[in-house]
Amino acid sequence: MMQKVFTRPQTLKDVPTHYCPGCGHGIAHRLIAEVIDELGIRGKTIGIAPVGCAVLAYDYFDVDMVEVAHGRAPAVATGMKRTNPDKIIFSYQGDGDLAAIGTAEIIHAAHRAEQITVVFINNAVFGMTGGQMAPTTMLGQITATTPQGRQADGQGYPLQVSELMAILPGAIYVERCALASPAHIRKAKAALKHAFQLQMDNAKGLGLVELLSPCPTYWRLSPADAMLWIQNEMTRVFPLGRLKG
Amino acid sequence: MNERVLMCGNEAMAEAAVQAGLDAYFGYPITPQNEVSAYMSKRMAEEGRVFIQSESELAAINMVFGASATGKRAMTSSSSPGISLMQEGISYLAAAELPSVIVNVMRGGPGLGNIAPSQSDYFQSVKGGGHGDYHCIVFGPSGVQELVDIIPLAFDLADLYRIPAIILADGILGQMMEPVTIPQNSKTCFTAENAENKNRIFSAFSAGSAVSHLPKKDWALTGADGRKQNIVRSLWLADGAVEQHNYDLQAKYRQIEKNEIRCEQYKVDDADVIVVAYGIAARIVRGAIEKARELGIKAGLIRPITLWPYPSDQINKAADQPRMFLVIEMSCGQMVEDVRLAIAGKAPVVFWGRPGGGVPTVEQVFEKIRELTIRPKKK
Repeated sequence: MMQKVFTRPQTLKDVPTHYCPGCGHGIAHRLIAEVIDELGIRGKTIGIAPVGCAVLAYDYFDVDMVEVAHGRAPAVATGMKRTNPDKIIFSYQGDGDLAAIGTAEIIHAAHRAEQITVVFINNAVFGMTGGQMAPTTMLGQITATTPQGRQADGQGYPLQVSELMAILPGAIYVERCALASPAHIRKAKAALKHAFQLQMDNAKGLGLVELLSPCPTYWRLSPADAMLWIQNEMTRVFPLGRLKG
Repeated sequence: MNERVLMCGNEAMAEAAVQAGLDAYFGYPITPQNEVSAYMSKRMAEEGRVFIQSESELAAINMVFGASATGKRAMTSSSSPGISLMQEGISYLAAAELPSVIVNVMRGGPGLGNIAPSQSDYFQSVKGGGHGDYHCIVFGPSGVQELVDIIPLAFDLADLYRIPAIILADGILGQMMEPVTIPQNSKTCFTAENAENKNRIFSAFSAGSAVSHLPKKDWALTGADGRKQNIVRSLWLADGAVEQHNYDLQAKYRQIEKNEIRCEQYKVDDADVIVVAYGIAARIVRGAIEKARELGIKAGLIRPITLWPYPSDQINKAADQPRMFLVIEMSCGQMVEDVRLAIAGKAPVVFWGRPGGGVPTVEQVFEKIRELTIRPKKK
């Protein structure tokens, strides 16, 4: 008799996503769903969808979910977790959401050592609105609002969120991974699992996993080249590894 | 059990909220409502409930959003500039139909303004404030006792209709100390078992639906254990979906308009001049009406207790007799627009107010009433 060795996680709905070919969101969703299944926490997990390409994440994750205002996920997560300490709360935020408009909320959620899990998708661009510059856009990177390529003089430097978070005592676990190869993806899953596990163990602080994620559409690269661009270019500004915890 | 105590409005409303089963309070410091968060920081800890001093009003209202989305009773308080910052969150609460209580202890504006009492946030509270077509239930209490009686009512109506409720207080009401009886354990005041308490609460107001129980929050995010996923959202991308959501919201608003208008009428029947005022301004107007009556001037008061839904019919009916209307506000004239809409040209409407922290005196209001009753000399 044939044994089934690979199947869709229960936490991931059996529906097609709206994501572009080669986008990293689908991979990240699947990893989170696998982790939730493996930890057996589907029935007590509440997820928070951002404003951005993943705004419809609740159509894909089969857990209780809320969709919130741009950047405010860590504040919403705070309200949820403090009133429901027995639940597992995770927010899923992009770089516009978390690193631009929601900078205050993420810093202060960590500052207060909120016991939440934050999945931070860094694809160096605003995807949903048409590929504008994000705080994480690389120097020289061409976007809809940096047609000459991002210049430090006037447009600033790529914002290194994980490094910023790691110095806060209330952030107990910070790791940066990449969705850029099977090996990288396996590491990313381990990091996500560790972050959720910490929350299950009532660890006193915030866990954040930054995922460097491909956006072939707005990088104007093929999906395969987008993976290589993460490995060869992005990791030079956003080095991979465990920064804290 | 229900002991009479001397408390300032800010502390009394905080205790009333604790008694109404508040699960979580979130707030950011701003004068003149700081006594609320100071009181909550102590009391909520005593009760083993949640108090957070947030990093901003933006965060506070979104913490309310998060707690409310899980079915908990959540509240924030602030003053005018802080309430402006919360407008985004209030729009989302209204769209996602999340019950919540927001207290605005109004101060002088626009901008940073000052810290003196004012009523210049009427438009913001009653006409929307944030983006989109929505309403919040808005109360305008005129004394500390009414403020504490409204707190459990606000929570219950918010839960009943899945809507944010705003309490529009002002710097005087927040700071003023008055003897009050705070409704105890008032969370259950609308259940059948505690009907006595329910009647007491409603008897304080001139109208009200008879709520016997609150609906179960089966929409809340509690973990999809053994049931289908719940989603709380304010985004619908499908063609026509947001249009339909708006029609659904409007249908709910019509129900609230039908059931929840509360308004006090004082010495209206024989009045030649009816003053319309709410909140602390109405307290001052009452003094002016007494003075006018002593001098034989027939003046009366219509005092909206709910500012949305607005007692338009009551005001309209009062304009069936030939009489003058005077609207007194601590603003340059905001509620007066609703009075004019209600009266629809049937009677003259005169406005007088003081903005930016100016507080009308009894003498000033009396003088305005007197001016309206002086008959022009025949030539």
